[in-house]
Amino acid sequence: MYYETIIGLEVHVQLLTQTKIFCGCTSAFNPDNPNTQTCPVCLGLPGSLPVMNRKAFRLSLKTALALNCDIARFTKWDRKQYYYPDLPKGYQISQYDLPFSSHGFVEIDTDIEKGETKRVRLIRAHLEEDAGKNMHDESGRGHDSHVDLNRAGTPLLEIVSEPDLRSAAEAKKYLEELKLLLTYIGVSDCNMQEGSLRCDANVNLWVHTDDGQKIATPIVEIKNLNSFRGVEQAIEFEVARQIEEWEKTHAKIGDVPKQTRGWDANRCVTFAQRGKEEASDYRYFPDPDLTPVTVSDEFFAEVKAEICELPASRRRRYRADLGLSHYDADVIVSQGDRFTLYFEQVAKLCGDGKQAANWLTQDVQRELNARNLGVDTFPIRPEVLGGLLQRVTANQLTVKSAREVFAALLTDHDTAYEKDIRADLSTSRVEQIIAERGLAVLTDASAITQVIADVIARNPKPVADFKSGKQAAVGSLIGQIMKELKGADAKLVRQMLIDELSKP
Amino acid sequence: MPAQLSSAVDLIAQLNRGETSSVELTEGCLQTIATQDPNIRAFLSTNADAAIAQAKAIDEKRKAGQSVGKLAGLPIALKDNMCVTGVKTTCASRILENFVPPYDAGVVEKLKAADAVLVGKTNLDEFAMGSSTENSAFQVTRNPWNLEHTVGGSSGGSAAAVAARMVPLSLGSDTGGSIRQPAGFCGVVGMKPTYGRVSRYGLVAYASSLDQIGPFATDVASAALLFEVISGHDRRDSTSVDRPVPASSQTVEQPLTGLRVGIAREHFAEGLDREVEAAIQHSLDVYRSLGAEIVELSLPHSKYAIATYYLIAASEASSNLARFDGVHYGHRAAKFDNLIDMYSASRGEGFGPEVKRRIMLGTYALSAGYYDAYYLKALRVRRLIRSDFDAAFKRCDVLASPIASTPAFRLGELVNDPLAMYLSDIYTISANLAGIPGLSLPCGLSSTGLPIGLQLLAAPFEEEKLFRAARMFERATEWHTKRPK
Ligand SMILES: [Zn+2]
Repeated sequence: MYYETIIGLEVHVQLLTQTKIFCGCTSAFNPDNPNTQTCPVCLGLPGSLPVMNRKAFRLSLKTALALNCDIARFTKWDRKQYYYPDLPKGYQISQYDLPFSSHGFVEIDTDIEKGETKRVRLIRAHLEEDAGKNMHDESGRGHDSHVDLNRAGTPLLEIVSEPDLRSAAEAKKYLEELKLLLTYIGVSDCNMQEGSLRCDANVNLWVHTDDGQKIATPIVEIKNLNSFRGVEQAIEFEVARQIEEWEKTHAKIGDVPKQTRGWDANRCVTFAQRGKEEASDYRYFPDPDLTPVTVSDEFFAEVKAEICELPASRRRRYRADLGLSHYDADVIVSQGDRFTLYFEQVAKLCGDGKQAANWLTQDVQRELNARNLGVDTFPIRPEVLGGLLQRVTANQLTVKSAREVFAALLTDHDTAYEKDIRADLSTSRVEQIIAERGLAVLTDASAITQVIADVIARNPKPVADFKSGKQAAVGSLIGQIMKELKGADAKLVRQMLIDELSKP
Repeated sequence: MPAQLSSAVDLIAQLNRGETSSVELTEGCLQTIATQDPNIRAFLSTNADAAIAQAKAIDEKRKAGQSVGKLAGLPIALKDNMCVTGVKTTCASRILENFVPPYDAGVVEKLKAADAVLVGKTNLDEFAMGSSTENSAFQVTRNPWNLEHTVGGSSGGSAAAVAARMVPLSLGSDTGGSIRQPAGFCGVVGMKPTYGRVSRYGLVAYASSLDQIGPFATDVASAALLFEVISGHDRRDSTSVDRPVPASSQTVEQPLTGLRVGIAREHFAEGLDREVEAAIQHSLDVYRSLGAEIVELSLPHSKYAIATYYLIAASEASSNLARFDGVHYGHRAAKFDNLIDMYSASRGEGFGPEVKRRIMLGTYALSAGYYDAYYLKALRVRRLIRSDFDAAFKRCDVLASPIASTPAFRLGELVNDPLAMYLSDIYTISANLAGIPGLSLPCGLSSTGLPIGLQLLAAPFEEEKLFRAARMFERATEWHTKRPK
């Protein structure tokens, strides 16, 4: 007998609009000044009416297209009705039976080294408004509870996956990929601390018995997970708990109503919550205050054209066209859209994808981390770095010398920064550094031949030693030659020296 | 005769000629309210000081030769379900007894821009649910023609205020006849515009897909003028329609040639009062005499209108009124044990019986397992009713019918028989389901001296035609000049 973990995720993503979904209030995160970002509409005052934020719908459509969803050309808004203090109208405006998108998928890497991927199917994605936030007195002294409606009416996209995930690690991977994709297309900042990305997990088990049966256990919904680590831990805890539960009760799906549990991140346990699900009938019906939306061909095409190349496609392209490993492609793509643009520019100029990848993932990334910078504010611009590496590719500069130039540029920058002036970090400065330090590789064979001849003439003993069979004697000769030929290609020098000494 | 006995259109002419002032007019209205309203009880609140101050400012503007709005200096009353900044808006409900909105409704902005003088807020059936204004939590409004009779509803206060010449103009809202029926009962002109013509922003919703604000006046031309002022697109109401507003007040005096007046045989069925029927038949004769052709036709689905209406309206109401939960504003029970208890106690104390009845009806109709059979089916029938009218307006310009099967009934007569009260809306409800404009104008008096109303309906956005057809009738008759004693 063995257990298979079955997970489906419902993700709520806050869309990057300036204003709320149905009014002109700002949707900025502002928990410190409760009820300062409100108006009659998001307060649900009598007589107020919602007006759909076009940008929110546009961003939703863009997301759904990027998630490979089918787009409904006709969609409407429904009222989901329940009473709760953070819901000022007594209903949430959401989408019920005609969501604007359905049947999409997200591709995740299940094994990067082997390049194995998996499609996680999406049931639907729909647009809805967020509720406010209840603030309870936690002193236990029975003071009043308060409600902050700053968040009420923030546009949310709910993305519901099929139960296609098989482990906590896969669930985390799915969320990471989703987050990456959403930030690539610029529809959300996915800031989990501020609640821009929240997740509910539906978890149960398939018990595979020794006689070949497959038994599904009751589904448990874990609500309001607000970190990737929380998702992973909560699922792991829940799987262990459910195995124990199964061994005790042998309860199958349908034997008990769907349970809702919360996640206590401090104690690392899930705990039973009063289920809103089974208790209420939401009495969905079309909101008569909002007109249905028909997506025109023009609008559809316009939004589609706005979507940039997605992470999965970039990884594929970097592997196929630039010869990157699965690992390197993943590391670069995971750094985000701006980083990949920088990388592509460098790779194109230097003409060697692997070399560009090495520099980006090591030298550049190290400096960005040390300086706490994003790639857009990195002092060495991609055209300069690309030009520098191109010299390496063309054997005009050694990698070691390139690192020296790279460091020199940053030193220039830091010195200028302290004096509050702008450093010249252009390609001409690169040329200047190379010239000043004599870093250019000598490819002029006659110059090298001349130096070799001089050194041989000055060092009869090592020459004799070599000729008598002491291979190691060549080392001191190379050292002297290289000293004179600053920046020469050591391999080339060695070969030419040996050729010269081997002449009869 | 006191200035405010004239029609709104005449009063504007008098104001422009300097024969009267807004202050004189406003004071006259407040004086009439002071003497008449203790008997009629049309007003829930008046704001005398603010009104006089506003009137003064407009008089000065006019005197200084500055440009003034279309209703400059005219006193107006609003049904108390429209929000005015800083003015109590109660919906005649205990649950909003002390609610003061921080914003103006779309129509209020337009009235202010037109320099109208807001003198007070009028009584209604609680949350506009009713046909007699007896469902108000605060007071019963009496018919100025006979104090023992109802004013109709739900905009009864606004109708009575104009009928008793306490104000020349008022606004009501019409969800199933709530402007037209009280206009008929009170012998004034009342009009419901096409759905989407007037912004609902700031109108406390009863049934969102049916509600529409409209004018009351003593004559057709004044109603046309007020309609023109309040109409037009409002971005804050997604159901508001962006199309040009006809200059109804300019064209209202132009008779229609080749007018075809439709009558539906379903409207002359059993249960129609003999005197009402006679008045309608006589009205048709008037139209014939004006050269109109009378076209007999059928509205086959009209028999389902009441059932359809009460499912859709109650369903929407059950949702629209969920926000009155005692949490953020409005009445909160003094004693409760927990959250659920606070909701039920606050709502239980705050809502009257008719509102509770409709919330329960609507909650039931939207419940899992019943939705398809009730709400969804009602939406389908609604489409059929709409197509009945589409077909009818291919054959006629306006449809004529009674407003109600009887003149104003006695107070208390139907209030304990909700079903009979619902059935009294039979002639008016279809227009809301179809979203078409309708108008009520006086067309007779019963033997007991109560007004009888004629309803005219037109195709969507044909308000201009509606006013012109109504004005043809009005010019040929004397009924609009009759006043309660
Ligand atoms: Zn707002």
